[in-house]
Amino acid sequence: MYRYDVVDKTLVKERVAQFRDQTRRFLAGELSDDEFRHLRLRNGLYIQRHAPMLRVAIPYGLLSSTQLRALGSIARRYDRGYGHFTTRQNIQYNWPKLEEVPDILAELAEVEMHAIQTSGNCIRNTTSDHLAGVSPDELQDPRPWCELIRQWSTFHPEFTYLPRKFKIAVTGAAQDRAASLVHDVGVHIVRGAAGELGFEILAGGGLGRTPIIGQVVREFLPREHLLTYLEAILRVYNLEGRRDNLQKARIKILVRSLGIEEFRRRVEAEWESTRAAGPRVDDAEIARLSGFFNPPAYRSLANVEPAAGKSTAFRAWYRYNTVAHKVPGYRAVYVSLKKPDVAPGDMTDGQMELVADLADRYSFGEVRVTHTQNLLLADVEQDKTFELWQTLEKAGLATPNIGMLTDMICCPGLDFCSLANAGSIDVAKLINERFDDYDYVYDLGELEIKMSGCMNACGHHHVGHIGILGVDKSGEEWYQITIGGAAGADASLGQVIGPSVAKTDVAETIARLLEVYVEERRTDERFLDTVRRLGVKPFKERVYAAPIAA
Amino acid sequence: MPRRLLRDGRIVEDDWSYRAEAEGSARSALILTFAEWQSDRAAWTARGGRLGVILQPADRVESLAPDISRLELIGAQFSGPSEGRGYSQARQLREQRKFSGELRATGYVRRDQLFFLARCGFNSFELSDADIEDAAGALSTFSAAYQPSNDAGLPFKLQHRRRETPAGA
Repeated sequence: MYRYDVVDKTLVKERVAQFRDQTRRFLAGELSDDEFRHLRLRNGLYIQRHAPMLRVAIPYGLLSSTQLRALGSIARRYDRGYGHFTTRQNIQYNWPKLEEVPDILAELAEVEMHAIQTSGNCIRNTTSDHLAGVSPDELQDPRPWCELIRQWSTFHPEFTYLPRKFKIAVTGAAQDRAASLVHDVGVHIVRGAAGELGFEILAGGGLGRTPIIGQVVREFLPREHLLTYLEAILRVYNLEGRRDNLQKARIKILVRSLGIEEFRRRVEAEWESTRAAGPRVDDAEIARLSGFFNPPAYRSLANVEPAAGKSTAFRAWYRYNTVAHKVPGYRAVYVSLKKPDVAPGDMTDGQMELVADLADRYSFGEVRVTHTQNLLLADVEQDKTFELWQTLEKAGLATPNIGMLTDMICCPGLDFCSLANAGSIDVAKLINERFDDYDYVYDLGELEIKMSGCMNACGHHHVGHIGILGVDKSGEEWYQITIGGAAGADASLGQVIGPSVAKTDVAETIARLLEVYVEERRTDERFLDTVRRLGVKPFKERVYAAPIAA
Repeated sequence: MPRRLLRDGRIVEDDWSYRAEAEGSARSALILTFAEWQSDRAAWTARGGRLGVILQPADRVESLAPDISRLELIGAQFSGPSEGRGYSQARQLREQRKFSGELRATGYVRRDQLFFLARCGFNSFELSDADIEDAAGALSTFSAAYQPSNDAGLPFKLQHRRRETPAGA
């Protein structure tokens, strides 16, 4: 993985010093609440319902075991013994003390981490495919490009005060595992007419109050122009994006109001006049960065069947929580953070340290964070999966549910977030209690439930096969249900099935939706496919046909 | 009391006047709003003396393009803590329009922004008295940068990670 050189180290240390000084000035009364807010937000620090919340960047989801251990140690000493992994491959601490945040940042800097630009109206953490480098369906490893974008976007002088936040996702595989179509900019590695590698560039996707699927700005961009093209998009957005209304300030609104043709024309015009002098990406630099992501020293192994003759529990885990690896004899292994009685994405200090140890023992000392709020050990020898499973199982990290109903995406909701209208963690718990029969859950197959506690859509509810959105109805928590959303290469936005339902009725509503699916599905048809084939109507009719008995 | 500025890394007294301040000193260095300038370019030019124009955030750099050679100062107005259009205006002026005069940041300008403003090409800053004494230090908040930009206003040479490509490449 990428290792800091003297420039990276210098910059994060200088950032810690800068933020320490800003915090000191705020506590001394030299900076007003509002002035400090603009500064702390660009450093991942929110003031939340109970305490500050600190969001730490995990660039494109990649962590060394040393870094994960440090995150665990910080959770124990500065927080209440846990952290929350988010849908954008970051980690959040919910209970740090404001005056201790500079110390936390200093500790993060020691392990080459930071909270730079994890919030605020600037370019956020660049996210990517958690199976980068190991997936059989990959054209090229996106991580060197992610690292290039990370560096270019860090402290970019022109784009630190954008109209609104700006999120970039990069993928290099046939399947889109980074939700790139619902990002402000999606970068897809593709081949040009002569077989050369370049990029398809999308813009204007996003969730929140106005969910929109990104559109293609340029079908093929030669790779040396990646940064100048991104600068042209950002400059058009910085100058022309709306600043009068926070709800209309994302680039998706600009792209929609101009239309994609006019937006493209303006970007290309800006690019024409700047690209000659801008930062061209030379192949030597990409080769240097690619060197950090060379494949680890795989052993020469044959594929085996580790599940043969083992317990049902292991077989289920192996089937659902491990996926194919491009190297024979290896498997990518999910560490499920979706145990039924735990808030989705939460992990204790001890679990972090344990997984760090397991990464050292089984997966070349690296861990990845997925946008579905799980972790991944990417390079595990197939015949070590059984002993790995035994350890994960004891630690509550082997719930065999990846991609299934109970692998829910969920924001922190009303329990922690000052923006939320309604709880999401407790709804996840009610759903888990209702769907505790794993034979039924497995029979349903691939099913993505995504839940957000408010319109800001941190839980990506619009692109859930089933989406759940918390709404406030005269001070009570209600939930609007959508079906038919998807985040992958065939991204679509879910449709609302009807009036919102009470918290206690969410699980029954889902059960009724699934009844229709089980009755109507064709062979190998996922819930999503059935909804796409039949439309919302039969689902809606079933849900509202009879009142839900409390 | 005369206005003080941070210019080229030093605190100086402002030798420019805004129109409202300039009554009676007919040939002083005069700063106009973009609207004032546009209303009667010929008369302002005929007046003689040094001229400057302040752009509002929504003003387009390209609409000032024909006049850039006549101006010795161009400013960008920052209307509040979240305003960011001036950063792009500055780079367009320096890099696309090759403006080499004084590029001034005015309005909501705080020392925490100076490093980025300077990298975009600003070389003078109107700051409050509370901020101005310590502000020069903010220009060296970071001693390196990842991306080439326009560092003409900075009192030191930043180290860029990536090689800058010769123009025209």
